[in-house]
Amino acid sequence: MSILDFEKPIAALENKIRELREIAGGANEVDLDEEIGRLEAKHERLLVETYSKLSPWQKTMVARHPGRPHFSDIAATLFTEFEPLAGDRRYGEDLAIQGGPARFDGRPVMIMGHEKGKDTDSRVKHNFGMARPEGYRKAVRLMEMAERFDMPVLTFVDTSGAYPGIGAEERGQAEAIARATEACLNLHVPMIATIVGEGGSGGAMALAAANTVMMYEHAIYSVISPEGCASILWRTGEKAQDAASALKITAQDLEKLKVIDAIVPEPVGGAHRDPDTALDTLGERLRASLGQLSEQPRDALRPARWDKFLAMGRLDQQ
Amino acid sequence: MSWLTSYVKPKLERAFSQKETPDNLWHKCQGCGELIYMKDYLAALRVCGNCNHHGRMGPKERFDALFDGSTYETLECPKVVEDPLKFRDQKRYTDRLRDARSKTGDADAGHVAVGRLGGIETVAFVENFFFMGGSMGLAVGEAFVAAADAAIARRAPLVAFVAAGGARMQEGILSLMQLPRTTVAVERMKDAGLPYIVVLTDPTTGGVTASFAMLGDVHLAEPGALIGFAGPRVIKETIRETLPDGFQRAEYLKDHGMVDKVVARGEMRATLSRLIALMTHDGAAQADLARTRAAEAETAAAAGPADETPAAEDEPRKARKAKAEKPRKTERADKTERSDRADKTDRADQAGQGDRPAAQKAGAARPAEAEPGRSDGAGDRDDPPISRAAE
Repeated sequence: MSILDFEKPIAALENKIRELREIAGGANEVDLDEEIGRLEAKHERLLVETYSKLSPWQKTMVARHPGRPHFSDIAATLFTEFEPLAGDRRYGEDLAIQGGPARFDGRPVMIMGHEKGKDTDSRVKHNFGMARPEGYRKAVRLMEMAERFDMPVLTFVDTSGAYPGIGAEERGQAEAIARATEACLNLHVPMIATIVGEGGSGGAMALAAANTVMMYEHAIYSVISPEGCASILWRTGEKAQDAASALKITAQDLEKLKVIDAIVPEPVGGAHRDPDTALDTLGERLRASLGQLSEQPRDALRPARWDKFLAMGRLDQQ
Repeated sequence: MSWLTSYVKPKLERAFSQKETPDNLWHKCQGCGELIYMKDYLAALRVCGNCNHHGRMGPKERFDALFDGSTYETLECPKVVEDPLKFRDQKRYTDRLRDARSKTGDADAGHVAVGRLGGIETVAFVENFFFMGGSMGLAVGEAFVAAADAAIARRAPLVAFVAAGGARMQEGILSLMQLPRTTVAVERMKDAGLPYIVVLTDPTTGGVTASFAMLGDVHLAEPGALIGFAGPRVIKETIRETLPDGFQRAEYLKDHGMVDKVVARGEMRATLSRLIALMTHDGAAQADLARTRAAEAETAAAAGPADETPAAEDEPRKARKAKAEKPRKTERADKTERSDRADKTDRADQAGQGDRPAAQKAGAARPAEAEPGRSDGAGDRDDPPISRAAE
């Protein structure tokens, strides 16, 4: 597991505990239980303390941690019979966004999300979760299908942003994102979006105009990356930490701004330390939220989604 | 006034300022460098006669050039939360706003006006690039929503002149939320069956392109306009390659199927008016609306004094009727009452479909006199796009 800078004291303690265990496990006469217990308590304290007051920049690091649950983990753990579908039927297949029908508690649903990849090979294959127009057009196709076959749409957002490349621009990146946002907004079926790790700008928004928007406790969601913002407004990328604070990108800030509806708690020390627990919690929250939305009359979901976004940031909402 | 302040100071200021047009008499074309007599340049709608370079244009000039007889009414844009994040970089956002306001005389970058285009009542939305790079935050998003509402209330087409460096970063996530918000406004236009035409002007990049600017029934673009999602610099840094000639220019977008037509500014009014006449069947919906309103007014008049008695239980209906009769001059006191009504109509609208136009009407932006102290035509100030989002 890769260790983040601010996690180094925690990792040092973990190493120490491991070493002591090895010694204790050996043929030595020394009784190290007490020492190990003391260090473990200290480790737990440090972990809780560190993670209870992460700065926005530290959260950015956590949100980008490669060990966090990815779309592939979510699809495999929370859903059954996931059938990934490929292609936008216009130009090509984009592996940065994956999706298809699956079952959630036995009920057919449509799932889709950004996939960043886990190792060098898969990261290249999935283009680091940075989608091209084809990815968004595939998402539109799947949403239209979900609408026809009465499947709720569950999306999982994890991208630093849409891919900025020549081909992507040529094939209408902006239009593709706008159409995907439009498709989300027009669904008559329930839609739930979860910001799993990084919610980067329009590329994230395209899959997140949902009835319910949830966010993992240490995920981030922003109009621009802290680095990008710093390089424009501070004229140096080194001010990314300041930008991260100024932009209000944490789940806690966004809940206060009423941009997201709920925070999905992560295990102590972040989802990357215990992905299984993190996924369990996500599953519970999805179940509860989908239950609520399913009770609403079908005609109400589209206007409710429109009203929700129109109300956002308005004076009378403050 | 001493000789020092009246003569030396202005001279010094002039020497140190980097204005393109030192005395506003001449304009130096940014395309070919030719000096053009300012009067001629303005008469040509800021298009260079030598190289066809289209200079940037403020909202007032846009509206003047667009509407029949340069006659139109500007609509007041809804007030929004100011500096919702208490944002501060090297400068406070409130200071940046204040500077932009004192420079342009406007509250923000979004402008809405109603007038006739080829005889058909049309709503126009303009983004002012001279106000913080036209960047889209709450105010611009809200202005666009108001423009669509105003169009729906009048059964009028909507023309959006887009120019933006991107999202208003200083409003963080709330600027990103303008993507779905403006998209909802476009969907309302579609539900109402009204034409929505986008005119892409230089430059249009970032979040604006990824929402209402790419969702028009028709996309026109001014020659040479830079249009794209990611800015050229970001792309260059990402792929470390030189970009092809004409990349992300209007003509390039047309070649790639994203723009219907590249239209010179001098032809824009005629083109728009032709399209609108075709798409609205020469304003048939407006004629219907006028007839309905006249009939409603007649019934109301026939019903006579009965309508004068306060009928609290039928508020939404009444609100609609009050609007249908030509507006009795709006008093201050009416304001709160009206927003209250708008709320009710909105709710009523949620319950039963089909009432949409009425609800929109009640929520529409209110007309206002043009703000004093506007100086859009003051000169071709080329602001650095300080609020451009990379994505």
